[in-house]
Amino acid sequence: MKTNAFAYQRPDTAEEAVRLAAEGGDGARFIAGGQSLLAALNFRLDEPEALIDISRIATLRGIERRENRLLIGALTRHAEVAASPEVARDLPLIARAMREVAHPAIRNRGTFGGSLALADPAAEMPACALALDAVMHVLSPEGRRQVPAAEFFCGMYETALEPGELLTGVEIPLPEPGARHGFSELARRHGDYAMAGLAMMLGPRSGGVPSWARVAFFGLSDCPARSAAAEAAILSGARPEDCAAKACEEIEVFGDLNADEATKRHYAEVMLRRELTRLANDEERTA
Amino acid sequence: MNVTTKYDRPNSYIGSSVPRPNAARLLQGRGRYVDDKILPRMLHAAFLRSPHAHARITRIDTEAARALPGVVAVYDGAEIARHVTPWQGVLTHLAGMRSPDQPALAIDVARWQGEPVVMVVAQSRAIAEDALALIEVEYDPLPAVTDMEAALTEDAPRIHPEIDSNLCWQRDIDAGDVEAAFDDPANTVVERRFTFGRHTGVTLEPRVCIGDYDPSEDRLTMHYSGQAPHMMQSVLSRHLGVPEARVRVIAEDVGGSFGIKIHTYGDEIATMAAAKLLKRPVKFAADRLESFMTDIHARDHRVTARAAIDAEGRLQAVEIDDITGIGPYSVYPRSSGIEGNQVINLIGAPYELPAYRARLRVAFQNKVPMCQYRAVGHPIAMAVMEGIMDDLAAASGRDPVELRRINLRADDSYPSASPQGMKFADLSHQACLDKLLDMMDYERLKADQDRLRAQGVYRGIGFVNMVEVTNPSPMFYGVGGAPIAAQDGATARLDASGAVHVANSITEQGQGSESILAQITADVMGVDLADVHVTTGDTATVPYGGGTWASRGAGIGGEAMLRAATALKDQVLEVAAAILQGRPEALDIRAGNIVDRDSGQIRMGLADLGRTVYYRGNELPDGVAPELIATRHFKVSDYPFVFTNGIMASHVEVDAETGIVTLLDHWVVEDVGTILNEKLVDEQIRGGVVQGIGGALYEECVYSEDGQLQNATMADYLVPMAGEMPDIRIAHVSTPTRTSELGAKGAGEAGTAGAPGAVMNAVNDALRPLGARLSQMPMTPERVLKSLRQGG
Repeated sequence: MKTNAFAYQRPDTAEEAVRLAAEGGDGARFIAGGQSLLAALNFRLDEPEALIDISRIATLRGIERRENRLLIGALTRHAEVAASPEVARDLPLIARAMREVAHPAIRNRGTFGGSLALADPAAEMPACALALDAVMHVLSPEGRRQVPAAEFFCGMYETALEPGELLTGVEIPLPEPGARHGFSELARRHGDYAMAGLAMMLGPRSGGVPSWARVAFFGLSDCPARSAAAEAAILSGARPEDCAAKACEEIEVFGDLNADEATKRHYAEVMLRRELTRLANDEERTA
Repeated sequence: MNVTTKYDRPNSYIGSSVPRPNAARLLQGRGRYVDDKILPRMLHAAFLRSPHAHARITRIDTEAARALPGVVAVYDGAEIARHVTPWQGVLTHLAGMRSPDQPALAIDVARWQGEPVVMVVAQSRAIAEDALALIEVEYDPLPAVTDMEAALTEDAPRIHPEIDSNLCWQRDIDAGDVEAAFDDPANTVVERRFTFGRHTGVTLEPRVCIGDYDPSEDRLTMHYSGQAPHMMQSVLSRHLGVPEARVRVIAEDVGGSFGIKIHTYGDEIATMAAAKLLKRPVKFAADRLESFMTDIHARDHRVTARAAIDAEGRLQAVEIDDITGIGPYSVYPRSSGIEGNQVINLIGAPYELPAYRARLRVAFQNKVPMCQYRAVGHPIAMAVMEGIMDDLAAASGRDPVELRRINLRADDSYPSASPQGMKFADLSHQACLDKLLDMMDYERLKADQDRLRAQGVYRGIGFVNMVEVTNPSPMFYGVGGAPIAAQDGATARLDASGAVHVANSITEQGQGSESILAQITADVMGVDLADVHVTTGDTATVPYGGGTWASRGAGIGGEAMLRAATALKDQVLEVAAAILQGRPEALDIRAGNIVDRDSGQIRMGLADLGRTVYYRGNELPDGVAPELIATRHFKVSDYPFVFTNGIMASHVEVDAETGIVTLLDHWVVEDVGTILNEKLVDEQIRGGVVQGIGGALYEECVYSEDGQLQNATMADYLVPMAGEMPDIRIAHVSTPTRTSELGAKGAGEAGTAGAPGAVMNAVNDALRPLGARLSQMPMTPERVLKSLRQGG
């Protein structure tokens, strides 16, 4: 398990990185934490001509508050996101989900942006980005552009990033006071790829129902997916079990080694029902 | 808890949990594993492996690979076969067993996905892998035989044309009137079919070897990560044509083995052959993917079990049909028949059983070869018998503990024998059961279970009674023609500084063998533990012996050590008496000094004695030889094995909506005879339990129908991890074996033997009120859910 031989470049700025990527064309890859890419290289599933190591580009790292948004630099390590007081206070969904992201050694090296750019269908952060309506900041030699999470994840390991484009950061609007989050993940062992997972945000209640709902599943399909049917049911004030029944109505579910399609559908319903019930019970207790 | 042994006295080491003398070295990164060794002019091997489970090899083109700069040699199976004779994994005492010649690298036909086909030797592993990509092999795929039952049907494709079916071995046992017991309407009869998946031993250090050949002396040295250096010495000599005395096998630090590294692997033998041909050291290190596709797999059984009890709950008969799939070859030289043999030999062993019938069929298939892995056959035997005991308890309305108590062999009933002919002595089932129930507070647990069920929380308790094979005699392998020693040897010598050096033929692969050898020696010799220096794992320097496997290190190698140390002590006292003009019986060694036995008064230090003997021999009286070294060997006589026993209980919670099993508690009471080091015993048991839990809940080599391994990565093949493990509480009953002075029985495999059955019974206890039952391992969440849907 040795990689093929490749050129190695370590630019100091994001602009230089995308310039090198443009020069390298199809044979170039960005590497940050390397937690997925190195495995692919060692298996020789990918044999690039050049690795562009972006891990020392300081401007891509860190967590910054901008008015009612939090900007998380693409190079921010999972462990840094998990330890961030801002994230814990303002984005508790991400803080909660981070506990399920692999294991400490991987969280110490793996990056927030790397997880989103890889778009593993069983990963937590892409689903959180959907549930939080995050916006991806993208750089290329042509300039900067922004892509909403809803348009970013296109398929298995497929995103809206064009060849040579670099994800530089993620901008996440802070949920208004009274918004609540739900998260659940079923895995064979703690830290494993999810058999099924749920990341959900519910707006403040008005008239007994949430003012808005974003329900995102991961580990079910080729990429994280919102469930419009479940969201509509939630907004209609339906009971948790009736909302749960809608969980996979428009999601194309694929089985894997650990759970077949029927099991995954079942899991999606159980997770959604349990989280909605828990939130309703919390609500009742507070009231 | 403290266990008193006959060795308890001030400054004694036998029975005390001293820290491992080699721990500091390993923790400071000073371990010497094979991959740490870099020899001058060393080359690196990599293997092109069959992507098909079964295929004819029609063309191999290695021209481009040979031309790559840095590549030194490329060999296919036919070329290697000119220098390596094939082997057959057949033991003659397993009557009727057959397995064809196995070559180091596939020739003409590849028979499992992962079988080595072409070997590249290059300046670096990376270059060797680059060269693999340049090799063209054309395959003509053949039908893959993957299902073990389908493999034995009349029209199944044959894996070996020279054998008339895919049956490797069949054994039948028929003892007592089984039919009468099943036909008696007064008896309660249950029947159940179990499925045990394939898994493997995932060692932290993979298989790594270096071959180093010196043509000037026709000497071959193998640096080996494994458990049986002398066995490997013989294997290499037989198949590479180097005289046995000129083969040296060195196993220094070994990062776990669990039975994985005790077999003959074609890639390792080919590496030795390449070293011999090229007259340069060649290293091969299996990467993780290769390990999954070539390290032996384990288990893989389908068992149908039937059992009857009479109205009083007494077992009347057990009938077993076990079929096991072993891949395309029986593994050399231990054979792949022992696993199934132990299953049918051990079923029912803890209980008084009047009638027993069993059929074992061992089937060839196109998967990774299957062979001995920690607790060979035991987890299957225990899980089947104890699962059936729970079924019998449920069917007859008895508590599972009550039914077991009715049937357990009594502690005062030994010696005794099972219908299979296993001879038992010095076992303690009843004492272990009592201790376990006490430790786990069974009555309170049952009350909690009832209360929680009413709240929709499903918890279960599962038991397993165990009898384990340890300290095997020559009846295990040697009698069947395998070059595997059942005895072990130990040498103890005093050096001129008064320190004690010992060498022993058992090996250390992480479990603490060297610690117990030092403890035994220091205890017998009366010296500080730090003054004992242990050597293991080198055929050039240690006495001839079997190695560490089958829970035999402490019981056999430890006894040899005890005897060698005792003999050395006698020599020392003899010399001391001569120097001091006294009698040896009046002297003793304490804290490194010769003392008067009665008064404890120091007469001379061991260093003084060493210097006198080695430097100033003129001061010794006539007739006293300057000889402070003794070697002793030990084998178990009178019994084929020293059986030991134990009991476990598991406590789990099952989420009935997700099928996820949470392990809450695990208890073990084990009788390992004399305990040499309780901490090491307990950690061996804990590690074993965790490995057993792996088989019960997580680990499985998943194959597609055409024989492709689906999950050959650590992301997809799930080993048990600390986060999911319960606290494992351990207690001991100590019934020393009378087959040795030391009294130690084996401890290394107990945990793995019992844990799967205990967890399976606990899961089924939790599922029982929901009308479900699961009989397949691993018990994945999806399988639990399916059992709930099907209602068992």
